[in-house]
Amino acid sequence: MARLSEDNMRIATEIIGRYPRARSATIPLLHLAQQQDGYVTNDAIAHIGELVGATSAEVLGTATFYEMFKFEPVGKYLVNICQTMSCQLLGADELMHHAEHKLGIKAGSTTADGLFTLEHAECQAACTEAPTLQVNYRYRFRVTPERFDKLIDDLASGKLGDEIPTHGTLAKIRQRIPADRAVGAVDPDDVTEAPEWMPAPAAPKHDQPRSEQRAGG
Amino acid sequence: MANATTYPWTPGFYAGDRPRIVTSRFEYEDSYTLTRYLATEGYEGLKAALAKPAPDVHEEVKNATVLGRGGAGFPAGTKWGLTPPGVFPRYLVVNGDESEPGTYKDRLLMERDPHQLIEGCLIACYAAGLSQCFLYIRGEMPDAHERVATALNEAYAAGYVGKNILGSNFSVDIVLHWGAGAYVVGEETALIESLEGNRGMPRLKPPFFPAAIGLYGQPTIVNNVETLANLPWVLRNGAEEYLKIGTPTSPGTRMEAISGHVNRPGVFEVINGTTTFRDLIYGEEFSNGIRDGHELKAFVPGGGSAPWFLPDQLDLPLEGRLVGAAGSMVGSGAVMVMDDTTDIPKAAFTLARFYAHESCGKCTPCREGGTWLSRILERICDGRGTNRDLDQLIEVGETICPGAFPHASSERLGLEAVPFPYKMTTICFVGPSAYTPVHSALTLFRDEFEARIVKRTSIPVSAAPIEPVTAGAH
Repeated sequence: MARLSEDNMRIATEIIGRYPRARSATIPLLHLAQQQDGYVTNDAIAHIGELVGATSAEVLGTATFYEMFKFEPVGKYLVNICQTMSCQLLGADELMHHAEHKLGIKAGSTTADGLFTLEHAECQAACTEAPTLQVNYRYRFRVTPERFDKLIDDLASGKLGDEIPTHGTLAKIRQRIPADRAVGAVDPDDVTEAPEWMPAPAAPKHDQPRSEQRAGG
Repeated sequence: MANATTYPWTPGFYAGDRPRIVTSRFEYEDSYTLTRYLATEGYEGLKAALAKPAPDVHEEVKNATVLGRGGAGFPAGTKWGLTPPGVFPRYLVVNGDESEPGTYKDRLLMERDPHQLIEGCLIACYAAGLSQCFLYIRGEMPDAHERVATALNEAYAAGYVGKNILGSNFSVDIVLHWGAGAYVVGEETALIESLEGNRGMPRLKPPFFPAAIGLYGQPTIVNNVETLANLPWVLRNGAEEYLKIGTPTSPGTRMEAISGHVNRPGVFEVINGTTTFRDLIYGEEFSNGIRDGHELKAFVPGGGSAPWFLPDQLDLPLEGRLVGAAGSMVGSGAVMVMDDTTDIPKAAFTLARFYAHESCGKCTPCREGGTWLSRILERICDGRGTNRDLDQLIEVGETICPGAFPHASSERLGLEAVPFPYKMTTICFVGPSAYTPVHSALTLFRDEFEARIVKRTSIPVSAAPIEPVTAGAH
């Protein structure tokens, strides 16, 4: 069961309908597939290809470009420790070193119980709160070794289940466009006119009768 | 800590006694709700816009000179004017893929005031005749996604977005789009490629602006989140009021994130054009000096791509042209501060590694050069550097950026500033950005690199000159 489920197909159809070209839905659908299975499976890639009118290779080509998509199972909790400048200045290397010891794995690998995957991450846009990490993309700021240990213990004992969903789950709230309010996708194949609220451009000067021009000048 | 108010729900943000345009609602815990937004002049800017013909709204924004806040600082009103006349449909793509090292502002604006961004999008669409809006948010920010999605759902239900907005003939859909983790997608043509479902690689130029040929080959405006967030205020208060804040060439306010070795790292909304780096780093209402009584060694004035400044440049204001002439850029509003304990080769390596990692691989000088810069710096930091490495770094850098590269002046080193811009052999700025920290660090702190390299003298073949064998000695 790695193609998109019936429920997810409903969401997928809705997403595809928002874009003038189905191909544009590729990344949102890959996220949907990853949310369903925890990683992007080969079947899901083929299924997405069918949905957006691309070959599996094209979908795979797109998917592999982006850091967030995983093609094999990862831990239930993906721990990304930021290693870029501001965090590095304030101890990201030491935090990573500590994390490797705490979890007993090197960055880039998963614990034997399948609970944690540890990764190097680049800038997470929380530079003033360094050092920073994300667990399944949920932030933790100013992380000390003690706070890191507590975070890992809380995750392992399931205390943070409500706050931090399992890997693949992104936003819990989705955009819904009500049918009666939707304008619908504006496809360049169908629309070539200026939108209704744009006033018609002023007529070019040479269209005016010569006599008027003379009178005006 | 004088004049700096914190709000527990907005980590990193400090308010002060300064005019605030985009962060004016941050003091409310529920700033992201439609109720709060409407109670604080929300959607008034949109109403003001709809009361005028679209070209007048465009003119108003043009007159206000709202500079792009993504890094290049191109005025938004002028950018909108670059669309070819009579070609439709046109699209708006919102760049919410904030990932420049040191930059922390767009995420706050999306999480704390999503309706302000939505209103900004609507004003842009109305003014420039854009038929559909795609709001591209960085994938690693699910909190921002949830806030913006909730706000959009509320705004649709209340009639602010969608068909016949507020009973007018203005209709536009705003589609929330997910990114998936790629720095280069912040480049506008790469953003469009990504939105078309492809690998996020920048497009070959010309055309230089997607305003001519962009999404699906149609005229497309790409604007940064903070740029759009300024528009509701401009429409409510008028361009004249906007120009009263800051300087004529850099009006309004801008968000600045000060991070690194300071007493109070934080995000501040500051007056554009007049606030100096000294204010930001040492000001009591801002970052309040260097931590633990240390001295300032150097700082990055405008995001990881910006050449570094020394304490010599502290009195420069946040004004694009002045900072450009001094050899760097105001960029995306990110100041990273290094004190005297900083390991400069390590700092340069960290940034070079970032750009090497984020290279999309399309242009060879960036793909190969960036990686080599990163590898050479890594071995220098590990104490495995060789005599040739420093020259090699410059050689590799010159394949990405031939000729003079911008840097700051230094009294101590007797250096004159080299101003922007530089020449480049790549399509986008990721390649040159990998060279920037290397070039700055090597120009300003070459001694620190030399100290890291174990000098190896040539191993002599023989300790003493070999005596020539004279014929007939036997």
